[in-house]
This record gives sequence, structure tokens and C-alpha cells, in this order.
Amino acid sequence: MPFIANTDADRDAMLAAVGLERIEDLFRDVPEQHRYATLDLPEPLSELEVLREVSALADENDHLGELASFLGAGAYRHFVPSVVDFLAGRSEFYSAYTPYQPEVSQGTLQAIFEYQSMVAALTGMDAANASHYDGATATAEAVIMALNSATGNRPGGKGPRKRVVLSPALNPQYREVVHTYTQGMGLDIVGGDLIDHDFHTLLELVDEDTACVVVQNPDFLGQLHSAAEMQDLADAVHAAGALLAVSVDPISLGMFTPPGEYGVDIVMGEGQSLGNALNFGGPYLGFFAMRTADVRKSAGRIAGETVDVDGQTGYVLTLSTREQHIRRGRATSNICTNQALMALRACIYLAAMGKHGLRSVAEQCYHKAQYAATRISMIPGYQIVGEKPFFKEFVVRCPAPVHVIKDYLLMEWGIVAGYDLVDDYPELGECLLLCVTEMNTRQEIDDLVEALASVAEMVEDMELELVRELEDVR
Amino acid sequence: MIEPTVYDLSSPGRHGPLLPVLDVPEAPLPDGYLREDLLLPELSELDTVRHFVRLSQRNMGIDTNFYPLGSCTMKYNPKVNEKAAGLAGFTDLHPLQDAEMTQGAMQLLLELQVYLAEISGFDAVTLQPAAGAQGELTGVLMMRKYQLDRGETQRTKILVPDSAHGTNPATTTMSGLQVVELPSSPRGNLDLEALKANLDDTVVGLMLTNPNTLGLFEERILEITQLVHEAGGLVYGDGANMNAIVGVVKPADLGIDVMHFNLHKTFSTPHGGGGPGAGPVGVVAKLAPFLPGPVVSVEHIPDDFDDEEEHVHFDEDGDDFRLIWHMPSKSIGRVRSYYGNFGVLVRAYTYIRMHGAPGLRRIAENAVLNANYLKARLQQEASYPVAFGDRICMHEFVAQGILEGAPDIHTMDIAKRLMDYGFHPPTVYFPLIVREALMIEPTETESKATLDAFADAMIQIAREAREEPELLKDAPHSAPVKRLDEVRAARQMILCRC
Ligand SMILES: Cc1ncc(COP(=O)(O)O)c(C=O)c1O
Repeated sequence: MPFIANTDADRDAMLAAVGLERIEDLFRDVPEQHRYATLDLPEPLSELEVLREVSALADENDHLGELASFLGAGAYRHFVPSVVDFLAGRSEFYSAYTPYQPEVSQGTLQAIFEYQSMVAALTGMDAANASHYDGATATAEAVIMALNSATGNRPGGKGPRKRVVLSPALNPQYREVVHTYTQGMGLDIVGGDLIDHDFHTLLELVDEDTACVVVQNPDFLGQLHSAAEMQDLADAVHAAGALLAVSVDPISLGMFTPPGEYGVDIVMGEGQSLGNALNFGGPYLGFFAMRTADVRKSAGRIAGETVDVDGQTGYVLTLSTREQHIRRGRATSNICTNQALMALRACIYLAAMGKHGLRSVAEQCYHKAQYAATRISMIPGYQIVGEKPFFKEFVVRCPAPVHVIKDYLLMEWGIVAGYDLVDDYPELGECLLLCVTEMNTRQEIDDLVEALASVAEMVEDMELELVRELEDVR
Repeated sequence: MIEPTVYDLSSPGRHGPLLPVLDVPEAPLPDGYLREDLLLPELSELDTVRHFVRLSQRNMGIDTNFYPLGSCTMKYNPKVNEKAAGLAGFTDLHPLQDAEMTQGAMQLLLELQVYLAEISGFDAVTLQPAAGAQGELTGVLMMRKYQLDRGETQRTKILVPDSAHGTNPATTTMSGLQVVELPSSPRGNLDLEALKANLDDTVVGLMLTNPNTLGLFEERILEITQLVHEAGGLVYGDGANMNAIVGVVKPADLGIDVMHFNLHKTFSTPHGGGGPGAGPVGVVAKLAPFLPGPVVSVEHIPDDFDDEEEHVHFDEDGDDFRLIWHMPSKSIGRVRSYYGNFGVLVRAYTYIRMHGAPGLRRIAENAVLNANYLKARLQQEASYPVAFGDRICMHEFVAQGILEGAPDIHTMDIAKRLMDYGFHPPTVYFPLIVREALMIEPTETESKATLDAFADAMIQIAREAREEPELLKDAPHSAPVKRLDEVRAARQMILCRC
């Protein structure tokens, strides 16, 4: 084994020092009848062989590097500048662990501090932590924090609030994870199945038992809510003594009003877009920003600035009395290992792109998405769903079942069309969620338009053989 | 010297990488939606590079220093893992692509599920949990749901030994259950009398770490699991310490019902300054319907199905199959988005394939030998007390920073002084049941020479503690900063440059 340094001679010397004869003697506490059970695993491989095997598996996938893609729905393809891989690949960063010993972990700690600073700036909030597993678990942790935070506000000392109101336009997977995380807490979680996505309908569910309301902006269907609309929502939620948490696309904050300016209490979301690859769903990173008043009730690692004995500036993990290693059964969360390396990548990404770069990423997404939507809306048979402005995603009502269109576009045009909304929102009918980012060229968009137009023609000409055939195959 | 922050380095007008010129017409921007200012730094590419390279130099990592952080299994991470996880066929794969497009990735997940099941003896495995603690939450929620499903609604307690990692009780509370703490025995294992006294029909189960955080194997593990089962409870195994026993014993054979793996520990994926990890969970058959989903499973394709698609596999019998996503029937639900920390899973897969069964066994053997050797040297030559030091330890042991003739010296002083010798300190003040704990886990990838150098430093530090205690009290002397004021940080709460 190339990864074990001890030679046979070393082993003999070490055994002698321990006073044992055989390696097996080290395991005498293990019940004998179960010791050295056979393991049926493939034969060991050399580095060259294992790379061949793994590459073969990788090659079997049709990845987005080779296709024009308009698929988003929570995980996004954005430009990752070369410096991100290069710097995050420094093994001093990636082969370290949680900076429990600050004097020899200043690199990690300062990077976390800078990450927190930039996330706070981006969201317009007071503070941020580093980090949660992904956008979904950050949302679940926001709900849990709100349950602890809003408790005291309930009128008449009637005990803790138990109601959680989730917007139906919150990412369906996030809603699922909120349910999973809180299944033992006896909560009353409502809102997720509303057909009407209007905030007023959502607010009708808010009562004196409500700890928090969770919405998404831009929402899962791409719709943007204005600062004024969000402020009204926040005021109404606060009037009920509850907290408002909003899941945001961090790239959108390159141009749109930061949630901190419209009265939100918790801002969280999926940070993958910030310098992280798609990676088939992970590792990603949940970012989480809040008001100073809630910091002590929050979960996860937080770095703070301090000084050393000589008065020199340095950084440490702080407010650890919230965490499981100190507070154990009364901790705010059980999180320990987090997504630090992804937070480092986000930190490097935000620093490298900076004030101007992030704005231009956001604006390019916006303009390209508007261009795509405008052109698609002109194809007979297609309709853009929703009245509000949108950022980089929008819903198109199609003239045929979405899965049929998707298969056709992939096979005939090499286009990954987008996300079929039928399972999550059956009431929307034949609707496709499209995502356009700075990675999509005008040519790709024009091809998409042409491809969709040819579907419309086939429908128009009743030439649905192909469509039906495709449906049969499924 | 301090390194300025990205904000201090910022100069108005500088910028980093540019995007292509916009190739579509500009659309009007909506009124009432836009932000005025964006307070991100303005840096040139070189500013960014120098800054982060300098920051990296202010860190210790395994690739630069011995890092015997107990309970964290800081072993060397083979570089081939990075190459494997960095293949475009993985990194550019979107989790919501149709399954037909992602069969290779799903095949890897399926095989990893099978390998982990084989290594642990469990019947089914989910790869979804993102870290050990999330694996715990997954497992405990499954145990809870299993009991509810059987109609045992009165079961609301989880027994947790006092030596357990903090995530165990924290997980229990998050699951809506009550923690009952069990004391340790004079041999450093679970106190069986206490266990018996607490086992009744209000118990969902026991959470057990084996070997435990003292580095000791549960001598009476079979009795323990039998007792819990007889009382209608389940046994959760905290698999964080699997490095001690991988390839030597299968936890399921010992009567464990559900266990998480820490792939970032045992199966060597870089710890990333705090993550990412992966915390797959293995279960016995009766818990399999409760697993979170989706999990990869095999769908057989009937013989008469004439399919020319390329993504069809053939199993050993030559039958066609394809891989699909499947939600277990009584699932607790999904615990995170998508399928898990896939990039970490690729690394673990690569590592397991390189080792095979004989390689895995050698990991445990060398990890345990290294720990016992280091323990022996510290006990014999430097008079550091070792908790339950008369026993053979597993992959780690807990020494104590208590030195005769140096009453003012504490574990923290020894830890900080180790930095001056070029070592990352061990885990300190954990487990909580050992006074002045110094929890040392050398791992199998360290050589005898490194262990000797570390032991020599510890011996030297013990001498300094008696003769020149200020060397320890003022340590570290050679780190980028001196000892930091943690109390001040918590009081001032400077959490960002804003
Ligand atoms: C014994 C033990 N249990 C559980 C955990 C939690 O695992 P993770 O940090 O991956 O969430 C750890 C890790 O720190 C541990 O050492």
C-alpha cells in the first residue's frame, strides 16, 4: 500500500515496544467469532487502474460541458474563474480541518471571516455563519432558529410557537427537508401545497402560533418580488410576532435589492453558484445570514476577530457555546463538519469577481434570460407564465408534454431543455422551467428557440408521430 | 505580520476576470428591484492570488505537518482522489438531469452502497447524509419512526454514554427525543449496570461509539446489543472511529442496527478546513424501508425489450438493467437536496477500490499499531498519564496534560507548545470525562519516524514544563500569531468587516 509508511521491520520494532507478539493481539477485545470476517470486495487496484475505472464511469455520463443546457432549478452553471480551483487547491487549505487551534489555522479562519463579511455585504445582513450542508438544510436550520427565537414573542405566555408557514414557491426539495428535520418537533407546517402563490394567501395562514414564514426570492419559478412587496410581507409577518426567512439566489444579489433592506430576519440559500461546480448535487454549501440579535441562537461555525497577547489582530472560532461540542443536548444544532472548502471557494469567487464582476454576471443572466423569454413568447403555442419580472429562470407553458419535448431536444438538438414542473406543480400543466445564465451564448439560445419552434410546428401539423413514438418509448 | 483582509486590499476601479461582451440586446431593468451599492472588494487577479496564497501559508494541514487530532482521523489524502473527483463527467453533471444521462455516476453510487454494506455487514446503505452528524440525525429519525411504526409511541428516550461526542446528544434533541446519559465503567466502557437500570419500554435505543472516544473497544459489546434488543430498543453505532476496525470486524455482526460512516475520516477525503464530509448510513433489513431517499436501485429490463439505447447495463447473468432513483416505502424523507456530497463519494469509492479487502485491514492494523506505539512511548518515557492506559487502545488514546512537578501546566499549554515543534496539537479537553484530555490519533499513514519525532517533542515538553514552564505558558512562539484572546472575541462579536 503506497499510503502506509511502516515497513515490516518498523512493525516488528513497534510491536516489541508495545509488548505484543503479533498484530492480531491488538484486536483481542474484538469478539473472536467476529474477528476477520471475510470481505467480498473487488481486488485492489493501482492508481493507473483505478483512474481507468473511474474515468470509464465518468465517460458514461452526458455532462453539461458537452451540451447546451437550460437546466437550473436550484443548481446552476456559472463561470468559475481559474483562480478559484487554483487557490482552493492549496493543500494547506484543503488538508486542514476545523480551526480548533487558531494559532496554526489563521488562513482558514481569516478566509471564513472574509467569507462572512462578503455574505453579509451581499445580503445586507449583520452577520453570517460558515456553513451549512446546502440550501435545503440551511432552510431547515432557519426554521429551527426561528422556533427558538420567536418563542418569547407569543402573547399570553402560551408556550412555544409551533406553526411554520412555507411558501409553495419555495424549492420543493427545501420544503421536504424542513419536514424531515422537524418531524420529531410536533410542528404544524402549512402553505407548501397552496395553489395560489400570492403573498396575501400565504399571510392568511399566519396566526399567533406562527414562528416563521419562509419564502424564496426569486422564487422557485423564477418570479421576482420587489423590495416594496417584500417589505410589506415582512411587516405583516412581524406584526404577528413571527420571523421572515427568505431563500435567495446569491448571484441575483449582484443587482437586486439585498434582503437586509426589506426587513427580512434570516437570509439563506444555496451557495453552489458562488464558484462551485455542479458535481451531481454536492458538495454544495448552505449560506446563512442574520441579524445581530439572533446570532446567539444560530447554528454552525462563526469566526470572529480578536487580538493575540501582543495585540496583533487574529481570528478565532467564536460563540461556540451554541454548538454541540460545548452545549451537547442543548445545542442549537448538531452540525459539526460543514462545507468549509465550498465556503472558501465562495470566498475566493466573491473576492475575485468583486463588486464589478458579480454585477456583470447578474446582469448578463438577466439580459440573456429576458432575450430567451421574449423570443420564446413569440413562438405560437408557447406562453411565458407569470406576471412578475424574473431574473435568470422563467416558466414556459408548452404545446406538448414537457418530457416529450425534453427528449426530442436532447436527441435531435443536443439541448438539455430545463426542468419539468409536472411532479412538483401538477396544476401548472405542461410547464417547463428554463434557466439562462452567462454561460449560455446567443447561439445556444437561438438554437433553443428554433428547436422549440420545430416542436410547435410538429404539433400544428399534427405530425405528432415522432412525439407519440417518443412517449411510447417511455 | 498580519495579512490585510480583502477589504483592506481593495482599490476602487480594479477588477478581476471579465466576461465575454454581452451578445444579446439589453433589456430594461425593472424599477423598484435594484440595489444601489454592492460592497464587495475591488481586486486585480494578482491581488487575489497573493492574498489567498499568503493565507494558505498561515495554516497547518496534513500535507505540511503531522496532525494527530483525535477523533478526526487526519490521514493522508491520496491525490488520485482529487483527480477522480475532478473529472468533467462528474463535475459538470447536473443533479436534475434525466437518469438516462447519469448512469455512470449512478453506477458509482450503487457500487459504493454495495461496498459500504459489505464492509459494515449492513443490508442497505444511503449515501445522502452530508456529514457524520447528519448521518446521526438520519439514523435516529429512522429509529424513532421504526418505533412509531410498530405502535411503540411511548418510546421517547435515547441512551447516550457520557463519553459520547457532542453530536450524539445534540442529534437526539433535534430528533425530538430525550437524552439519558449513561456513565462509563472503571474500564472506560459503558457501565452495564447503568444500562440495565435504564432499559425499559420508553427507550428508542442506545447510541454507542465503538471503539469509543477513549479509543477503547467495548469489551462487552455483544451483551450490550443483546440487552438493548431484548428491551425492544435499537442500537445506533457512531461509526466515526471505523478506522480502528475497518476490515477487521463488521459492526452489524456485533448487533449494531444502524450506523453512519464518516467517509472524510476512514475513507480519506480531505477535511477542507472543516468540510465537506459525507456520512452514509447503513442499516439492518428491518430499517431499510425507512431510509431517506432517493437511493439508487436496479431496474431489470425484460428480455423482449428491444432497446438500442447505449445506457443499458448487463449484469453478471447477462440480463439487461438500468439504474433508477427509488424512494423507500416508509422513508423519513430526504435529509438534504439531491443525493449526497457526490464529490466526496467519488473520492471514497476510489480509495476503497485501491485498497480492496486486504488493504482495508492493513489500514486498521497500522492505525492501531501506531496509536499503541505512541501511547507506550508517552507512558514509559514522559510520564504522561493515559486514561485507562493499562488497556490496549485502538486507533487513538487519551493522554492527560498532568505532569508531576509542573502543577501550573495545563493541556492547553502543551498543545500550544507542540506548534513550536511543528506539530498540529491533538484534540484537547475532549472527551469531557477525562481531566486535561489530550486525545491523540496518529492514523496509519504516519511513519514510525514521525511518531518518534512527536514522542521526542512530547518528552522534551514534559521536561520544559518542569524546568522552563514559561516556554509553555507563552507558546506558541513560532506560529503566525501568539495566543489569541477568545473571550474578547465572544464579547466583542466582530463577525465581519462591515
Ligand atoms: C465520535 C464522533 N462522532 C460524530 C462526529 C460527527 O461527525 P461530522 O463532523 O462528520 O458531522 C465526530 C466528528 O467530529 C466524531 O468524532
